[in-house]
Amino acid sequence: MADFLEENVGLREIQKLEGHTDRVWSLAWNPASGGAAGGPAVLASCSGDKTVRIWEQSPSGSFECRAILEETHTRTVRSCAWSPSGKMLATASFDATTAIWENIGGDYECVSTLEGHENEVKSVSWNASGSLLATCGRDKSVWIWEVEPENEFDCVSVLQGHTQDVKMVQWHPSVDVLFSCSYDNTVKIWAGDGVDDWHCVQTLNESQNGHTSTVWAVSFNASGDKMVTCSDDVTIKIWGTDSPHVQSCDAYVPWKHLCTISGYHDRTIFSVHWSRNGIIASGAADDAIRLFAENKSCELDGPMYKLLLKKEKAHEMDVNSIQWSPTRNQLIASASDDGTVKIWALESKPW
Amino acid sequence: MTLGLINPNPVVHAKKERVARSEDPHADDAVDPLDVYDILFLRLRIRFCLFPDKFRKKDIRDPEHPYSLEQLSVLSEESITVDDKLGRILITFTPTIQYCSMATVIGLCLRVKLKHCFPPHYKVDIKVAAGSHANEESVNKQLNDKERVAAALENPNLLQLVDECLYSSEL
Repeated sequence: MADFLEENVGLREIQKLEGHTDRVWSLAWNPASGGAAGGPAVLASCSGDKTVRIWEQSPSGSFECRAILEETHTRTVRSCAWSPSGKMLATASFDATTAIWENIGGDYECVSTLEGHENEVKSVSWNASGSLLATCGRDKSVWIWEVEPENEFDCVSVLQGHTQDVKMVQWHPSVDVLFSCSYDNTVKIWAGDGVDDWHCVQTLNESQNGHTSTVWAVSFNASGDKMVTCSDDVTIKIWGTDSPHVQSCDAYVPWKHLCTISGYHDRTIFSVHWSRNGIIASGAADDAIRLFAENKSCELDGPMYKLLLKKEKAHEMDVNSIQWSPTRNQLIASASDDGTVKIWALESKPW
Repeated sequence: MTLGLINPNPVVHAKKERVARSEDPHADDAVDPLDVYDILFLRLRIRFCLFPDKFRKKDIRDPEHPYSLEQLSVLSEESITVDDKLGRILITFTPTIQYCSMATVIGLCLRVKLKHCFPPHYKVDIKVAAGSHANEESVNKQLNDKERVAAALENPNLLQLVDECLYSSEL
């Protein structure tokens, strides 16, 4: 894990990507492009303008819009996610569908449309192997889809349990355990029994030191034994498990609240993302971006996580999504109600 | 929408005498509660919360006799606070009855109106007054969840309702 001193890092705006004509809700870096993965870095962003934009880094280093995926979704595109191979992009829309796009010779084609949710689909996530897809929405349900050959997607389970709309689904980075967070203030954890039956194995609510308002996002550290969540209650919470890799229904090891980071954002925190080298980034309705890192000092009663950096006015309006590049450790992208995506570099200051 | 009268006999209050504003020498571009109030009330007429089945009650729809939120004491200048420095506006409204099922629609109308009239970077919070609504907490949560608001404003029926409330008196 990299060591950073608070006073020694800065977040430099590299580029502002303009083109969306409405708020940008979400963005996703292609995990199989850029850096060690080879090829130029690729980023997808989705918006209230009903489109998805694909941005690609040119040899000069600047990002350019390479494709606009339109005329498929008829309402807001709320979230997008690349398959682990980087070959497919899933997009979840308020139009009640999830579209699957494939990059065929540089053109993005919609190869499948997943229907089933009653109304707005709010989030989509691929599992680590790319064999499963999860979606969630305003109908309070979480759906698990199996990826079959020939772009077929079979719904294997519809999970009911949340009492309000489900804001986000996220698979664990290494095991097939699904996490969902909701307007009902809880995070639910779902595990399979090996025969296509999925069950809620744990609910993190207020009585486990959980959130007291809508939980908007969840993210994991690189090793998968820690999880971070953010909420309308303007706090960020860190959770841990002793054994992330034993997560089937029979031998489930529960997650426990480790600490609460509060007092940094003063409006709803919409997005939180844990980088591979241990830095937590958060974006909120106060237009700001915050970075946090584990506190390695030896103070006995010191906080477990400390503020590394604050970027006030990172955008002109709410920051809806913040995502570290999976291949370039110091790059981070943010999406905002102001209609822009910004690319930032985390840098050590020269003095 | 085919809803019965939610509050068939509203108490209608006299319109407030409006004192002409003198030129404020240090006003520059700062926004104060009176600005917000003026925008919401000089033009905004929300009658549907009282007469949602206006298609049946054409007489009540008479544009000559619209009741504004001011006349119904749903809002007053005092229920608006503005922090111009931080760019934040807080609106606290009082539904006419405790079980007003239109409270979320009134809130939506207020939000849309402010969005049209203020620079986009203003942060708007909309709440019902403490104790004024049976489901105060859930109404407040829904009114301030921007994803729910965004989805609602993509619903053609709801959007039409909001548009009618905001602009029908100007027809």
